[in-house]
Amino acid sequence: MSATTIPVKQGIYHKAGSLRRERRWALWTAYLSLIVSAIIMLAPPVYMLLTSLKTSAEVADQSGSPWWVSSPTLENYWALLGNRMFIDFFLNSAKVTIAVVALTMVISVLAAFALGRMRFWGSQALATGVFLTYLVPDTLLFIPLYQIVGGLGLLDNAWGLVLVYPTLTVPFCTWIMIGYFASIPKELDEAALIDGANWMQMLWKIFIPVALPGIIAATIFAFTVSWAAFVYPTAFITSPAEMPMTIGVVSQLIRGDTFAWGQLMAGALLAALPPVVIYAFLMDYYIAGLTAGATKG
Amino acid sequence: MAQVSLRKVIKAYEGGVQAVKGIDLEIADHEFVVLVGPSGCGKSTTLRMIAGLEEISGGDIAIGGTIVNDIPPRDRDIAMVFQNYALYPHMSVYDNMAFGLTLRKFPKAEIDKRVKEAARILDITPLLERKPKALSGGQRQRVAMGRAIVRDPKVFLFDEPLSNLDAKLRVQMRTEIKKVHQTVKTTTIYVTHDQVEAMTLADRVVVMNHGVIEQVGPPQELYHHPATKFVAGFIGSPAMNFIPARIEEASGALNVVMNNGTTLAVPEDRVARYRPHAGKQVLFGIRPEHLTDDKTMDKSNLAPLSLTPEVIEPMGMETLAHFRHEGTEITARLDPSTPAEVGKPLALIAHMNQMHIIDPTTDKVI
Repeated sequence: MSATTIPVKQGIYHKAGSLRRERRWALWTAYLSLIVSAIIMLAPPVYMLLTSLKTSAEVADQSGSPWWVSSPTLENYWALLGNRMFIDFFLNSAKVTIAVVALTMVISVLAAFALGRMRFWGSQALATGVFLTYLVPDTLLFIPLYQIVGGLGLLDNAWGLVLVYPTLTVPFCTWIMIGYFASIPKELDEAALIDGANWMQMLWKIFIPVALPGIIAATIFAFTVSWAAFVYPTAFITSPAEMPMTIGVVSQLIRGDTFAWGQLMAGALLAALPPVVIYAFLMDYYIAGLTAGATKG
Repeated sequence: MAQVSLRKVIKAYEGGVQAVKGIDLEIADHEFVVLVGPSGCGKSTTLRMIAGLEEISGGDIAIGGTIVNDIPPRDRDIAMVFQNYALYPHMSVYDNMAFGLTLRKFPKAEIDKRVKEAARILDITPLLERKPKALSGGQRQRVAMGRAIVRDPKVFLFDEPLSNLDAKLRVQMRTEIKKVHQTVKTTTIYVTHDQVEAMTLADRVVVMNHGVIEQVGPPQELYHHPATKFVAGFIGSPAMNFIPARIEEASGALNVVMNNGTTLAVPEDRVARYRPHAGKQVLFGIRPEHLTDDKTMDKSNLAPLSLTPEVIEPMGMETLAHFRHEGTEITARLDPSTPAEVGKPLALIAHMNQMHIIDPTTDKVI
């Protein structure tokens, strides 16, 4: 009898063992690929940080490892923060971004609510059309937009950017918000209608609070696009007083073929700080917003 | 509070499909009316048209004497309870209930009074500060009802409110809804596909099928005097048996003759009613509870017959026996002490006082 039971037991152990082994393999592979991608992603910012802590002399010195800072200094940062021009770049970026985010959110929340919820003739086609405009790259759009912005007399004016960036942000944010609104059951609007709400009250008192994660995700997107925009300001802004951070740092800290590497890196890091801070605080909302509909059915 | 009238109400969709085909219905003040029928029969569409959530394609709907065809839901003075509760997830129970009153600019003190009174009626006072996600299904349904009650509307509309609850809670909430109606007495229109809910709650039941009203009446009337084959089969559980048979006249008396020759005598008081159909093929309808073993107290107009059970289901308080007779399924309700065996012929009694004869060409009960 024992001869018949032993092979069965071995069979069970073998099976459990193979499952555990498969899981271990999966974990190892997952960790390994995560570590590799983390290194690839983090290497540039770390290199930037290290370079920003070096003096110009040390940057130019080819003898040691570039990954080592022998005498760390904050002089690049102080130089930038003491430079009125750099502060203006920062303020220009902030001004444009805040205006763009506000404009984008007002337009896309209203548009998404109308397109996603108010079901009128052609709303489906319009919604698809809005998304299609997002697929047109800014490198293609800036030429005709130059004509338009020029015609409005807003060339070389930071407010011109406020007019132009929404062509990138509004379609995508509207699309996110349509998806998010679609995940809200229709009985909720019907209950609100019966409770006595009109469309604006329904949007303001029900949809915006319920869709807050989606709205935050869209806000972060609009913020990132606007803060990091490069093509449009390069094309439309020429005088340093109107420049945002992205082009200001590059155009003012590169003189001909002289690169102020330390200050460039310090400037880029300082410019990256606001998005990093915002992502860190709102990450959970961002993920919840982007994955809405995937889990809510 | 108000009466509700539907006159020739039609709902047609693009492509000409009619979900509701010109129904007429008068609902009295304080009445509890249940619309019941299989899915796709038009009952929910009818309710949504009364609410104003669906436009009507033809006819008139009046609430309290005013035609509301073109009045938006918020001005119809109705309250609705949805199947999935539709509570506002970001608001507390209190705010959910107060929302409608706040929008209508009621004074704070009045809102507070009404919300607390509704919470007391529904026994949800301790939950007022909670958010909907911290509530169980039954509690959410109570809040949804509370939201309707505080408004003190002319009409309550319920759209399958118990379908998302488990069986036990459903029975409990059913009683709860009935109690609430007895307290507040608001005219109520309730949609369900569950005939037990319809029978237990309604003052009058409206049976709908394929977009038309088959019959309207108090539950007992629908049970005892169905007008059509559909109503006869839909109301009652297990469903009524429909056995193909002929009406035959023999020396002044009438008999129902089943296809295998079993002859059941028609009670004298029904002879005149059925005589015009003598010699015709009909459907003999009899409920399982009226096809039973010979242990009954009422001995009048019993017709004996013998059938061989295929399946026996002991339920405790009764036993159901299922037979196959010439391709037709037949169910009988037996006393649990009756020794019934599969494959062994069983002596049964048909209560001919309770039978129904259906004209198979019109599906109408004769």
